[in-house]
Amino acid sequence: MEKFIKHTGSALPLRRSNVDTDQIIPAVYLKRITKNGFEDGLFAAWRNDPTFVLNQPQHKSATVLVAGPDFGTGSSREHAVWALQNYGFKVVLSSRFADIFRGNSQKMGLLTVILSQDEIEKIWQIVESKPETQITVDLESKTVSYQGVTLNFAIDDYTRWRLMEGLDDIGLTFTKIDEVTKFEEKRASYKPKTLPIR
Amino acid sequence: MGKTLAEKIWSEHVVSSVAGEPDLLYIDLHLIHEVTSPQAFDGLRLANRKVRRPDLTIATEDHNVPTLNIDKPIADPVSKLQVDTLRKNCEEFGVRLHSLGDVEQGIVHVVGPQLGITQPGMTIVCGDSHTSTHGAFGALAFGIGTSEVEHVLATQTLPLVRPKTMAINVEGTLKPGVTSKDIILAVIAKIGTGGGQGYILEYRGSAIRALSMEARMTVCNMSIEAGARAGLIAPDQTTFDYVKDKPHAPAGADWDAALSYWETLTTDSDAKFDKEINLNADELAPFVTWGTNPGQGLPLSASVPNPADFSNAEDRGAAERALEYMDLKPGTPLKSIKVDTVFLGSCTNGRIEDLRSAAEVIKGKKIAQSLRLLVVPGSARVRLQAESEGLDKVFIDAGAEWRSAGCSMCLGMNPDQLKPGERAASTSNRNFEGRQGKGGRTHLVSPLVAAATALKGTLASPADL
Repeated sequence: MEKFIKHTGSALPLRRSNVDTDQIIPAVYLKRITKNGFEDGLFAAWRNDPTFVLNQPQHKSATVLVAGPDFGTGSSREHAVWALQNYGFKVVLSSRFADIFRGNSQKMGLLTVILSQDEIEKIWQIVESKPETQITVDLESKTVSYQGVTLNFAIDDYTRWRLMEGLDDIGLTFTKIDEVTKFEEKRASYKPKTLPIR
Repeated sequence: MGKTLAEKIWSEHVVSSVAGEPDLLYIDLHLIHEVTSPQAFDGLRLANRKVRRPDLTIATEDHNVPTLNIDKPIADPVSKLQVDTLRKNCEEFGVRLHSLGDVEQGIVHVVGPQLGITQPGMTIVCGDSHTSTHGAFGALAFGIGTSEVEHVLATQTLPLVRPKTMAINVEGTLKPGVTSKDIILAVIAKIGTGGGQGYILEYRGSAIRALSMEARMTVCNMSIEAGARAGLIAPDQTTFDYVKDKPHAPAGADWDAALSYWETLTTDSDAKFDKEINLNADELAPFVTWGTNPGQGLPLSASVPNPADFSNAEDRGAAERALEYMDLKPGTPLKSIKVDTVFLGSCTNGRIEDLRSAAEVIKGKKIAQSLRLLVVPGSARVRLQAESEGLDKVFIDAGAEWRSAGCSMCLGMNPDQLKPGERAASTSNRNFEGRQGKGGRTHLVSPLVAAATALKGTLASPADL
């Protein structure tokens, strides 16, 4: 996973709530067996509309997605995170994220930042009137800043450390694998096994 | 202070707990399917890792598979590649797989319970958000992403922060014609699609206790639609009777040991939930969604709402967008809405009881001429059981299509899709834009409403026939 310390870029104002993962990437795109090349499926249905914000030239180079509340609801497909990253997004700002989407993002190094809906609204307005506005998201200082405004955001220390170091969770768990083995030795014998087939 | 059921199961599975870090949780059962696993197996190969516990892992083919001509090769080459990849991965890593054509093949959340490998007190994960289904057994079950699938394959654990707990108390008695699907749609309409974020839900109360296991699975299945990763119900005699004598149920002394543990799996009387929600079962009616998220639902007797009546700006905007997509006008009685397709199936309502209840409504009648009814059993075993009871004949005689098992039109990854502009009454779980096919419009309903709608041609409950 790539380290995330600080990112500065322009923003895409997505004025929609309840953007479910079927909208982020429809199921027909999930048949691939790789983790890349999903950018063509990002918001696929909405992109058919030429007025959709992602199609507007002034937002072409956006790397910070600013979304309405309850972003990433629905299906657990991590392809939604891959599609956003493949397209070039580094950060998503929203007032509320669905749990599974947020977890998937944190595994992949896509930073999800929770701001109040009032703050999201202000960023939408600035970005809509001045699309070139640069937004800086600093994980070290836990701040989002633009045009002299600095907003603090919360993130647990463990996730922050892991993202800033770009650490792989599986590697971290392998440092505790002896404890896993000990746990397994104490598991009850009546717990079901899938093998042998009965 | 006592513990809630979710807290008990959690603490039983903590491998390692360090202040300031997520708990490392042991996973008792990992369910796999073709869509969210290929990249995880690739990750194992790249790191030269094995599947730690193939004996706690099981795979089935469900999302992509066709429901017609299953004896022929899969026609869509991309779907075929994904299914073939699962087969190769399971072979290489020693994972048990139930392929298309196998009697145990079916939707992963239907297969686990019918094999008896879903049991009380377990931790169960799958790269699918409807894993919450297994919570009906008093298991802690939740959906995970592909990175987590790889993590569980490699270590049989997951690092997780314990969610808060929310009690959903449903007291009273459901009226005839009202089902567990209506309970959960009413819960989601009440707390919203984000209401359960950060929580494990525990469904409690006399109305929940009175439900069969299959009806409980329908409730827990849609916990994720309320934003909660997991939802569960304390196991009781109904649960024990269902599990007993299933192929992988404990037997002999193991059964006695398991049962004495399972009987402890209740929320202590002095435990405190972080939040409680109350619902009166006596007041519930058949429910239907009118919008494009599962929280946008109303009793079938209501009319399409007017966005202007929503006080919250976000809800108003969402309602406006939804009505435009759904091509509905405020004030239209829901019962006047004409439907093109009825889909009976999915991990929400594709089990034998669902098919039986719909067949009872349909028996001896014909579906509306303008409409197609697609009946897709949740698993090959459900299909066989239905056929042994003659339900297939009931559906076929009424003019329905009787299909093979899979996720099918719930998410339209296989050829079973709505056409643009087509309107469906669906027993599945998501009415998102384009979920059942690009441009398709979905109304979520119970199997009883689906059956009545198929006969009438407009959204209806059996009482309207």
